Amino acid sequence: MKAVNKPIRKKDAMALVTGKPVYTDDIAPKDCLIVKVLRSPYANAMIEEINTTIAQKVPGIECILTWQDTPNTRFTMAGQSYPEPSPYDHKILDKHLRCVGDPVAIVAGVDEKSVDRALSIIKVNYQVLEPLLDFTKAKDHAILVHPESDWKALCPVGADNQRNLCASGEFVSGDVEAQLKMCAHVIEQTYHTKQNSQAMMESFCTYTHLDVYGRLNIVSSTQVPFHVRRILANALDIPKAQIRVIKPRIGGGFGAKQSVVSEVFPALVTMKTKKPAKMIFTRTESFTNGSPRHEMQIKVRIGADKNGIIKAIHMYTLSNAGAYGEHGPTTVGLTGHKAMSLYAGAEAYRFEYDVVYTNTMGGGAYRGYGATQGIFALESAVNELAAKLKMDPVKLRELNMTAQGQIMKTYYGEVSNSNALDRCLKKAKQMIDWDNKYPCKELENGKIRAVGMALAMQGSGISNVDVGSVEIKLNDDGFYTLMIGASDMGTGCDTILAQMAAECLDCDVDNIVVHGVDTDQSPYDTGSYASSTTYITGMAVVKTCEKIREQIVRQGADMLNCAEDQVEFDGKQVICLQTQQTISLQQIGYQSVMGGGRCITASESHFSPVSPPPFMVGMVEIELDKQTGQVDVIDYVAVVDCGTVVNPNLARIQTEGGILQGIGMALMEDVQYDKKGRLLNRSFMQYKIPTRLDVGNIRVDFESSYEPTGPFGAKSIGEIVINTPAPAIANAIYHASGLYLRTLPMTAEKIAMGMLKHED
Amino acid sequence: MQIKLKLNGKLVQDEVAPDKILLDYLREKGCYSVKRGCDTANCGLCTVYLNQKPVLSCSVLAVQADGKEVTTLEGIQQEAEEFGAFLADQGAEQCGYCSPGLIMNVLAMKRELMNPTEQQIKAYLAGNLCRCTGYMGQMRAIQNYLRKEQTDESSQ
Amino acid sequence: MFTAKHYLLAESIQQAYELNQSKRNAILGGLFWLRMGNKKIHTLIDLSNLGFNQIEETQQEFIIGSMCTLRDFELHEGLNTFFQQAPFKSVEHIVGTQFRNTATMGGSVYSRFGFSDILTLLLCLNASVQLYQKGMLSLEEYIQQPYDRDILMKIQIPKQTCQVRYLTQRLSATDFPVLTCTVARFETGWRIVLGARPQKATLVRYDLPQFPTQQDINGLLEFVQKQVVFGDNMRGSAAYRTHLAIVLIERAIGSILEDSHAD
Repeated sequence: MKAVNKPIRKKDAMALVTGKPVYTDDIAPKDCLIVKVLRSPYANAMIEEINTTIAQKVPGIECILTWQDTPNTRFTMAGQSYPEPSPYDHKILDKHLRCVGDPVAIVAGVDEKSVDRALSIIKVNYQVLEPLLDFTKAKDHAILVHPESDWKALCPVGADNQRNLCASGEFVSGDVEAQLKMCAHVIEQTYHTKQNSQAMMESFCTYTHLDVYGRLNIVSSTQVPFHVRRILANALDIPKAQIRVIKPRIGGGFGAKQSVVSEVFPALVTMKTKKPAKMIFTRTESFTNGSPRHEMQIKVRIGADKNGIIKAIHMYTLSNAGAYGEHGPTTVGLTGHKAMSLYAGAEAYRFEYDVVYTNTMGGGAYRGYGATQGIFALESAVNELAAKLKMDPVKLRELNMTAQGQIMKTYYGEVSNSNALDRCLKKAKQMIDWDNKYPCKELENGKIRAVGMALAMQGSGISNVDVGSVEIKLNDDGFYTLMIGASDMGTGCDTILAQMAAECLDCDVDNIVVHGVDTDQSPYDTGSYASSTTYITGMAVVKTCEKIREQIVRQGADMLNCAEDQVEFDGKQVICLQTQQTISLQQIGYQSVMGGGRCITASESHFSPVSPPPFMVGMVEIELDKQTGQVDVIDYVAVVDCGTVVNPNLARIQTEGGILQGIGMALMEDVQYDKKGRLLNRSFMQYKIPTRLDVGNIRVDFESSYEPTGPFGAKSIGEIVINTPAPAIANAIYHASGLYLRTLPMTAEKIAMGMLKHED
Repeated sequence: MQIKLKLNGKLVQDEVAPDKILLDYLREKGCYSVKRGCDTANCGLCTVYLNQKPVLSCSVLAVQADGKEVTTLEGIQQEAEEFGAFLADQGAEQCGYCSPGLIMNVLAMKRELMNPTEQQIKAYLAGNLCRCTGYMGQMRAIQNYLRKEQTDESSQ
Repeated sequence: MFTAKHYLLAESIQQAYELNQSKRNAILGGLFWLRMGNKKIHTLIDLSNLGFNQIEETQQEFIIGSMCTLRDFELHEGLNTFFQQAPFKSVEHIVGTQFRNTATMGGSVYSRFGFSDILTLLLCLNASVQLYQKGMLSLEEYIQQPYDRDILMKIQIPKQTCQVRYLTQRLSATDFPVLTCTVARFETGWRIVLGARPQKATLVRYDLPQFPTQQDINGLLEFVQKQVVFGDNMRGSAAYRTHLAIVLIERAIGSILEDSHAD
């Protein structure tokens, strides 16, 4: 292959590293109104009265909007395909405030100073209500987060607002209780993960204006431009035809921007004032009112026979939706399906879940999307099982993990058709020198070096739901334009899809021009989430290229006066096999824009009935200071099977980055609320993401299987890479200290104090 | 207040409010490489040089730049491209939002430290957060770049 | 975000002092903390031009101007040689080089924050502060004083020969400390300071013999456990801090004693 599987530079790389103005706030017109939001100081309150009269008089203030000025429709901010599984429980502004920071009023003015001034003098009378903050008590609690009658769920997800249920359900295969009874060893433990923030470097931001046709243009840092169009049409109660969404370069998303977060505010202002408006979330707002990972409590029961063969797995997940249900019903499913499917050979499975509303910040999509939480729980339990069996956890995996060709009952009955987990495990073991290091070694300085491990999987797109469309045009110089609706958010999909096109069209990647997303011009794509772009949109590229090749061949044959089946296209020219005459792509391109020529363009879309899982093995070596509890990650080894690696550089960076995010989640990202429901970690000063001093080495390698349904055999990589650090580090901490930590993050304090208790 | 400073090599004179933050002033002057990533001086995205020293422009007033030299990535495009190419070759710019601040600080480090060890590089750049890359690719790029600069110098 | 109507690059300390008598005005340190508040300020007073940005080394002491940056302190050869890299170690974890290039020593000392790394070290090293009105004051005294409108000009560290160790524990490498600990052995005896308890740095008032036995050290640790006040905050519980204090003090003493054995 010439373009695929090559470490090609990202097409936008040089613009980014030279600091060109390519992000939302860089390109927003200078005369944009500044939009800010007055936010609720209470976790549960009703607005009794808002007085904006004096604030309106502040010079420079253009408009102040309250719940009385906003459309009455309820919708969901979740960027999902219609009908969304997330309940319609959101309004732009509501009288009922359900979490601290919920928007009370929207203020727009000519500059920040006037807006800040107006914000400080809006008078609000609140009826303060008792908040429901403990998600373990939320189901059927007397306090209802969504008592309103116009709340609705479009899909049968087991939601019931009168019980604080955003979703509930179960999956059963075989008889778990009967199997567990027969098991020689049973592990039963509960694990708890926190509400992590994606903390992408560019906060949520959007600017809006009316174009020459009077349509609402939304330029936004989003992963889901087409969903934004639909959601905004719902929220503003205007036809979709009136909205155009443009996605410029994005400063990171990790799922955060798979929800509509900042878009509604300036959009409403522009609709009311007809003026351009922008809203740039502060870092504080991005923390307090973003779309973080759902906090979850997961109970795992796992049983094995005396030889360590896993017979039954039972998981119950309680997920905290927070105040709104964005992505609540869907993330929870992955905790079971994408964890249990790592062990396809068990006799019985049971997975139950409840997703509950509370008066804390609403959750959203964060890389891993529930699988991260589920895998932390299940892989920890499997490691605990290994300890109970006095078996090397690697050995336990070798006995039980899903293999090529196996049917995954817990994964919609899909067959594991591309699975190199065994090779991944073998290589990871070698890379970290597991056999010599397992379980631990005491150093001369009293510290302990220990190793730990975990497996992970994810999906590649949402089967039968995600759609990627692509359009390719041949232009007059023989270059191609590749139009995509998938959102490059730094991940490099513009480049990766161009690589695939170049491979199919036998040309240089530079001969493919790619465009960012504009819903008026790009073909439909559900968006960049659920690890779908390479797999789903990539396949659409392959299909489109086949079509455009046919057209090139036809046009070339015409020009050569030759039958279509008598010519060949080699990427540069069409050759008549009989006469050996040729016509160049350039000439064909010119002909296509001249009288008598055909327009050479093709568009195909793709969806997949399956979602082939990528697999990986993560192994970590830590150094533990037994006295202070300090854990240093010395070395992290990851071996990934993402099918064919389309761009080794970008796949490697994805993996390294995902692992460090996972390490942050495992060791330091400690979200805390006070008793009134106020988030305490509202800045980078209080919410600590790893710095470059917080990790030793991360080493990545690939063991590729070949996915028959993917482009060039590729599967996904974006999300899976965040899933192994928490369980692998927990495992290493256990090997070093004899202590199993089941609540994240695993801080030095928990380790040191846990060990002291242990000694007593 | 009137301020006079040398911005990216050019003398500029402006009337600014005494509480105007240098970061905002620079963006208003068209230096869009200077990004805001936080409100608490923790992220390093807004790194610029004030009299050749890397500082956080979110924590300096525009008036404090009076009479001084301010350099942003716009002012050192050639170096940005040279080192940036190494980042690009690793795919380590990723979303690119932290790249300008990082590059400013890497180039400052190059001036300040001779043959830095990996640990010294990490320590010098600890104030430049990145959420995409896991820092490893950045380190490979930095080490490749420093190695090349060294060979270039010794061959001269 | 704070607001300010005027900015003044002070021409004399007297001028700065006079302006600073009004509560509406404020001295510009490194801007970091001011920026996070919502203070409405009339005049910002900048001390940059008053010659307080030097570190001077004399026979008897180091004199650090209040406008010196943390980076100046971190990289000063004289200080670091005399105090065995402890100045470097006390600031290396503070955010990043860019931050330390503008954050001032005066800002850190004046603020007397509980989490202060620098205060923990300076208190241990018997530092004093030079105030415009009140003159010289030991840091020990200054820490206890309420915030007033006087101006901190210089910080002095006497050149008393000692062996000193600076240790901390943090959640992440550049976070605020969960606990800070400085231990120094002077010819006159030991000085042990604990900071980020999370309250302000405090001197552990306990007489440890110059060459302590394990029993002596145990006595000290017991004293710390019983007498030093620790509290809870987001970064750690009082119980963990108490535990850490004992671990870090014992390590620091051990390291100092090991050094003297090696001599």
